[in-house]
Amino acid sequence: MATIELRDVVKKFGDKYAVKPMNMTIQDGEFVVLLGPSGCGKTTTLRMISGLEAVSSGNIFLNGKDVTWAHPSARDIAYVFQFYALYPHLTVRDNIAFPLQAQAVKRDVIERRVKDVSNLLKIKHLLKRRPGGLSGGDQQRVALARALVRHPAAFLMDEPLGALDADFRETMRAEIKALHVAQKATTVYVTHDQIEAMAMGDRIVVMSNASVQQIGTPAEVYHSPTNLFVANFIGSPGMNLVKCHYQGGKLTLPGGSVYVPAEGWQKTLDHQLGDNQTVVLGFRPEAARVSGEPKISADVFLVEMNGSNVLLDLHLDDDNIVRIRTNRGVNYGLGDTINFDLDPQMVRFFNPSTEAALVME
Amino acid sequence: MNTPKSKRPEVNYATRVDKVTFKSKLTRNLKAILTVIIAFIVLIPVFWMAATSLKSRADAVAAPPKVIFEPSMEGFIGLLTQRRQVTAAQGLEEIKQDPNLKWYDRVMLNRGQQIVGKSEYVGYLKNSAITAGISTILSVLFGLFSAYAFSRFKVAGKGDLLFFILSTRMLPPIVVTIPIFLLYRQLGLYDTTFGLIILYTVFNLSFSVWLMQGFIDEIPREYEEAALVDGYSRLQAFFKIVLPQTITGLAATTVFCLIFAWNEYAFAVMLTAQKARTAPPSIPSVLGTGGIEWAQIAAGAMGFLIPVAIVTFALRNYLLRGVTFGAVRR
Ligand SMILES: Nc1ncnc2c1ncn2[C@@H]1O[C@H](COP(=O)(O)OP(=O)(O)OP(=O)(O)O)[C@@H](O)[C@H]1O
Ligand SMILES: [Mg+2]
Repeated sequence: MATIELRDVVKKFGDKYAVKPMNMTIQDGEFVVLLGPSGCGKTTTLRMISGLEAVSSGNIFLNGKDVTWAHPSARDIAYVFQFYALYPHLTVRDNIAFPLQAQAVKRDVIERRVKDVSNLLKIKHLLKRRPGGLSGGDQQRVALARALVRHPAAFLMDEPLGALDADFRETMRAEIKALHVAQKATTVYVTHDQIEAMAMGDRIVVMSNASVQQIGTPAEVYHSPTNLFVANFIGSPGMNLVKCHYQGGKLTLPGGSVYVPAEGWQKTLDHQLGDNQTVVLGFRPEAARVSGEPKISADVFLVEMNGSNVLLDLHLDDDNIVRIRTNRGVNYGLGDTINFDLDPQMVRFFNPSTEAALVME
Repeated sequence: MNTPKSKRPEVNYATRVDKVTFKSKLTRNLKAILTVIIAFIVLIPVFWMAATSLKSRADAVAAPPKVIFEPSMEGFIGLLTQRRQVTAAQGLEEIKQDPNLKWYDRVMLNRGQQIVGKSEYVGYLKNSAITAGISTILSVLFGLFSAYAFSRFKVAGKGDLLFFILSTRMLPPIVVTIPIFLLYRQLGLYDTTFGLIILYTVFNLSFSVWLMQGFIDEIPREYEEAALVDGYSRLQAFFKIVLPQTITGLAATTVFCLIFAWNEYAFAVMLTAQKARTAPPSIPSVLGTGGIEWAQIAAGAMGFLIPVAIVTFALRNYLLRGVTFGAVRR
């Protein structure tokens, strides 16, 4: 078991940053998810932790020991690759035993550990086969078995479910999470799927453009995003972000509706906006409460049935559409005008020029 | 209303119209016929050579050529032995009575020749085997390691280096034989097996590097990286993971290198005289000794063809994928 610490870790390919100075401490037994769009540097970060990629600068500590320049084989870390990288010329059994053979573990111990882990992952019947002929899910299980078999200090997983179809992903997601709960091994998990990240992570590291945008629990990144990128990226759909005009304690939304924020926010806005009178109002679709009295009004543009609720696309003006969730009991027709209020607890504000969230004073 | 099972009409899916089109059968047969015809055309000279190698001296030059003949090993034996002419006056019949005679002695005695020893060709054949064998192993080995380096590491001036390696193939060998001849004479490499091995190795290396690089590029790096995090050094990862997966490439490269080194004529004829002479330049010299021995020449060519055929046949399973240069995925 291990803690992992990154101190000002940087990776450059030529002049281009793949990872900008990154600081993060992963606690023993924690399940941390690196989340971000394609090309933001998730894989590169993982590869640096494993030692497969050398850092450009900065230091990496494992259990407090500086391993920045240690050989990958000396780090006692298991890596699950996106396309599994099972050795095609070895049987499943030999694939799983491979990491143990490196440590000169005794034959009978290897036998026992392979048996234990293949029981755990329900792949005992596959041991004599070669990986090439297995289904994606079975290959995934074998890859996990190969990682688990030597009880490493930490697991690194690079989009391990990326190659599976949607149905199976959910099953495997649950299995990986269950394994983690049972083993409590420090895990860094990469994905670009925010639903997966929310479901699995103890903490989520949101990355974009080679830099860390926010580190926090799923609830934190969901409810209190630190900037516009996180607000938009997390959630499906993401947070509604509307550029408003602020004056005298009142927000004027596009389309003319006026919204009066809570007193705490008014003070904050007065202080922090200064002369700049535009601000981005952010709220989640479920923060809207349809009401009779005219608060914010908008036209229904699209109705999307989601089973337990209805997602409405509302037209504020020609450039601004917001999406809100409502009770499925009420029917709305296209073009209807509806009025809604916002849950004051769930309202957020962002500075349009710095894109950072405002913090209530 | 349910019809009992037994009374339901059976649907015979095998007779679906789209499954037995007349056209597809025809094209298949046509392809087979075409293959046979091409194979026939290609194999006629080989067959001719094989037949000639088994003919007696008289049958070999018979006009019109004999298609049906009594097979004789004269050609092969003649190629591999030195003989002297024995006339009846010199006691041919007495020699024939010797109980220690082997079957090949008798064959030649019937032609009036007594075997007195091995021919020089045997030595040349040995030279050929050593030169081709060692140079093939070396060029495949060096090719494997350089290709791995080119494929996996940042090599300064990689493109230029690879082009330079390839460019050694751009001149026909015959053009460079004179300068190499002069060079080798100065260095004392003229007429040495060692000199010929160096030359063949270098000559094959370009081919070997390029071919092997294609194969190694195809092996995802993740395999080695997985081995690294699994606790192995890079060298161990190379031998345990990369090598087993390059077998196909190694087989293909080996065959190509071997064929070149085994058949090479121009360098061999210029750079060797006696000691290091290989078989190809020595076959024509059979022409010189006492009339044209067609059966012997054919036997030489046959004997020459067989090792390559055997190696190619032994590696055929790997070759199919090998010669398509990775176009056929696993
Ligand atoms: N070996 C390399 N040489 C040059 N550039 C590289 C190399 N590896 C990665 N990059 C670049 O670094 C950036 C980050 O890549 P990385 O693979 O870490 O992204 P990622 O977040 O894992 O994306 P994805 O979700 O697509 O896997 C990308 O712009 C990529 O093009
Ligand atoms: Mg990636």
